[in-house]
Amino acid sequence: MSIDREIEMFLAFAWMLGHIIVLIVGVLLGVAYLTYAERKVLGAMQRRQGPMTVGPWGLLQPIADGVKLFSKETIIPSQANKIVFLLAPVILFALALVAWAVIPVDKDWVLANINVGILYLFAISSLGVYGIIMAGWASNSRYAFLGGLRSASQMVSYEVSMGLIIVCVILCTGSLNLQEIVLAPRPIWMQIWLFPMFIVFLISILAECNRAPFDLPEGESEITGGFMVEYSAMTFALFFLGEYANMILMSAMATTLFLGGWLPPFGMWFLDFVPGIVWFGLKTCAILFFFLWARATLPRFRYDQLMRLGWKIFLPLTLLWVVGTAGLLLAFDALP
Amino acid sequence: MFNETILIEYLPILIFIVLALGISGAAVIGSLLVAKQKPDPDKNAAYECGFDAFSDTRGKFDVRFYLVTLLFIIFDLEIAFLFPWAISLKDIGMFGFWSMMAFLGVLTVGFIYEWKKGALDWE
Repeated sequence: MSIDREIEMFLAFAWMLGHIIVLIVGVLLGVAYLTYAERKVLGAMQRRQGPMTVGPWGLLQPIADGVKLFSKETIIPSQANKIVFLLAPVILFALALVAWAVIPVDKDWVLANINVGILYLFAISSLGVYGIIMAGWASNSRYAFLGGLRSASQMVSYEVSMGLIIVCVILCTGSLNLQEIVLAPRPIWMQIWLFPMFIVFLISILAECNRAPFDLPEGESEITGGFMVEYSAMTFALFFLGEYANMILMSAMATTLFLGGWLPPFGMWFLDFVPGIVWFGLKTCAILFFFLWARATLPRFRYDQLMRLGWKIFLPLTLLWVVGTAGLLLAFDALP
Repeated sequence: MFNETILIEYLPILIFIVLALGISGAAVIGSLLVAKQKPDPDKNAAYECGFDAFSDTRGKFDVRFYLVTLLFIIFDLEIAFLFPWAISLKDIGMFGFWSMMAFLGVLTVGFIYEWKKGALDWE
């Protein structure tokens, strides 16, 4: 092996490492300012100002919060399983970061352009349940345990319909690679046909992220915060960050699957000069705004309503849609 | 050769996983080191709205949570079958389509049975 080759490999490695660090920093900043945006949007919807004190327009508020949580005491309950208790938030947050490896942010900007990207994404987002059930179980506290169970069965229920919706999309695009899913041609009839699935997907990601109106796992009036009740300081912060990172991830996933990722909207080719990452960011923000809007507007579901919606409405509907999509595509010979 | 090129695509993901675990682990350990820890038996007790816990948490819980996860396994497996089917539908054509419909039909019968049995009801 020549020296040139070694230098080349070193450069490739450094490039990759830099890429990963840019992704991590980007997601962390995104999470920090999503919490800020949430407080501002909720404030505006309730005719308040939201955070205003720390920095201009309260812009430094997320950093102040982070420093505060970092410097607090970590309370480890005496009856808890200590290792699992500390491991749960670490796993949850790491998973929320790792999924970003396959998201195509721009034309040639994806860390690992693997050919089963959507499967990887689906698998990683399913693993998030482990962090929650570990937290609920290891805390050895009534509320935490109930919250963990609720959260796990809720996420698992809505994952089924999410999986079936993804199957609909890959029937239409003919590829598991996210970059190819973005670039796949989408005639107008296909977009209309997939639109109901987009709506169901939006509702499912609300439930998948344990967000209002499906935030029963945290329902503070019944189980006082759910699986996070025993957590404090940085371990709590990691749960918090993980939840918001998951929200951004799910929005990015919806953008990639349904809204054409980094492509300009509505096929407006004359907007091609704008970098793809701008479109990707704008579309993701639009879906994130929907998350916040739903939280400000809708009252919380009851648990039986939640389960009914997931199993008795979304599951049959999405299953029918898979059959319908496959049948239509076969009948009109339109399979990609 | 083939295997190597496939695996090299996953190398960034592996490094990413290590880095992400490292960062979140470092955050927890850093906070444990930086912040002043003042443990206290009352502070470290399980949270139960102010009084001492009545009993251990490791006890009975509602069987319906268990039923939901069982149902989930069935349907998640089905989705695992649907992924390769959806990708190769063009090659397997009508025969592939109707084989999957037969499979889904069997599952749907089971699903209707569960529905009528009330496994999906939470009152």
